[in-house]
Amino acid sequence: MRKWASLEESVIRAFFLTCGILAVLVLVGIFATLLSTAVPAFKEIHLSEFLLKKNWDPTSPEKAEYGILSMIVSTLMVTGGALLLAVPIGIGVAAYLSDVAHWRVREIVKPIVEILAGIPSVVVGFLGIVLFGPAIAKIFHIGNGLNAVNGSVLLAIMSLPTIISISEDALNAVPQAYGEASLALGASRWQTLFRVKVPAALSGIIAACMLGMGRAIGETMTVLMATGNARAFPHGFLSSVRTMTANVAIELGEVPYDTTHYYALFAIGLVLFVMTFIVNLVADVILRKYQEREQ
Amino acid sequence: MNVETGIAKIETRDLDFYYGPTRALKRVNVSCYKNRVTAIIGPSGCGKSTFIRTLNRMNDVIPGTRVEGTILLDGKDVHAPDVDVVELRRRVGMVFQKPNPFPKSIFDNIAYGLRINGMKDKRKLEEVVVRSLRGAALWEEVKDRLDENAFALSGGQQQRLCIARALAVEPEVILFDEPCSAIDPIATAKVEDLIETLEKSYTVVIVTHNMQQAARVSDYTAFMMLGELVEFDVTEKIFTNPVNKLTEEYITGRFG
Repeated sequence: MRKWASLEESVIRAFFLTCGILAVLVLVGIFATLLSTAVPAFKEIHLSEFLLKKNWDPTSPEKAEYGILSMIVSTLMVTGGALLLAVPIGIGVAAYLSDVAHWRVREIVKPIVEILAGIPSVVVGFLGIVLFGPAIAKIFHIGNGLNAVNGSVLLAIMSLPTIISISEDALNAVPQAYGEASLALGASRWQTLFRVKVPAALSGIIAACMLGMGRAIGETMTVLMATGNARAFPHGFLSSVRTMTANVAIELGEVPYDTTHYYALFAIGLVLFVMTFIVNLVADVILRKYQEREQ
Repeated sequence: MNVETGIAKIETRDLDFYYGPTRALKRVNVSCYKNRVTAIIGPSGCGKSTFIRTLNRMNDVIPGTRVEGTILLDGKDVHAPDVDVVELRRRVGMVFQKPNPFPKSIFDNIAYGLRINGMKDKRKLEEVVVRSLRGAALWEEVKDRLDENAFALSGGQQQRLCIARALAVEPEVILFDEPCSAIDPIATAKVEDLIETLEKSYTVVIVTHNMQQAARVSDYTAFMMLGELVEFDVTEKIFTNPVNKLTEEYITGRFG
């Protein structure tokens, strides 16, 4: 009997250990593949040229150009715009759900918000083409609504569920004692919400926004469909833009294998990877700072 | 139950309280006299916490609850439509069972109640913070570390910080909901001393599990059981010569 128990124990341990190692291996594998496929690109392209030049024209018969600055800026614009919309709305909805809404309303709204996260990005992109595109064209009196604003709006919609859901969890996790202490001092529920609960939940809310940003920065299909994909350097939110993700998606299918162009596309992927890594790192540092202060 | 001294600051008349269908308070009539300490004692689940939380309408925030009967503060019904609950809670402060400082600095914890009322003047704030900390007998221990996080304090210090925080908004009544149940005996002694000094300027109501504590700090004692007020009288009388048999059995430790 005891022998069986100890065998069972070790089998279970081995299973979980394997799972853990597998997760790490997959991550390391992705990074290694990305790195090894990206590095050959820099045999021909100078890194500073790659990052700081605006022109991307790898198929030019005269002189191929590999500058991705326009795409980096486009990605940052679309993502930044999305966050500008999604963060205030997301926190507002989270605060509403956790503090204001009747519990029955919350029980209906929260699952709906979470279902929103599961809408395929093609569908969201489709919305951009048939709904937001024409609307934006009409509002700003421009010929074409497929531009950075459109992408931002769509990415905001896509990152909202993450931001709402995690912020709401963070607000709910604030000990009830804080709220009671505040109310007992004669604070209104709004003062309690904004001066006690939101600050106490800030680390979670920041994490939520960072995750939302991660969702937005890596999104491909939606921006590919809705932002117009012009290669030119964007001169405003109403310009048609091509993000890094969209560019990789557009060109990877047609690029000849084992060319500088091919490797350069992976290099774009690597840059994107580094960008998200930095975002996560910064978020982590902020989180840790706040947690220290709270303890 | 014939207690007639002083002016009743708070008076409850046939107070009933319901959590959904469950009746937690049954026709409770208690008077809390001005500048006196009133203790509420009774076994667990007898409704004493529920009772004290009705006095500043803290139970309002619990969904599905209902109050019947009247609570008078200075003769005015606290449930009257023209009573602002925020204003009520400013006048009737509360210290909770577990110390619950905000995750902010010691200074900011105490300044909170003033800041939400729009006080911005730094010097005035400092003045009140110092006065409140002195009032809560905590000043000497924290005067050099006002910028430190309140969580760095010990449990007993945190509880006195919460008392200081309540004092800062200058309430008329302070409600203590088992303020010593989560802190050690030495800290308890400090809080008890403090309560006795507070009586000079405030009306104090304290819920306690600890009968010695009630005997030590209070002028009046109410004994509750199963949501009902069993006996209410001068503390000395309750502890030496109670009228009701149940009270006698409880204070002599035969149940509870």
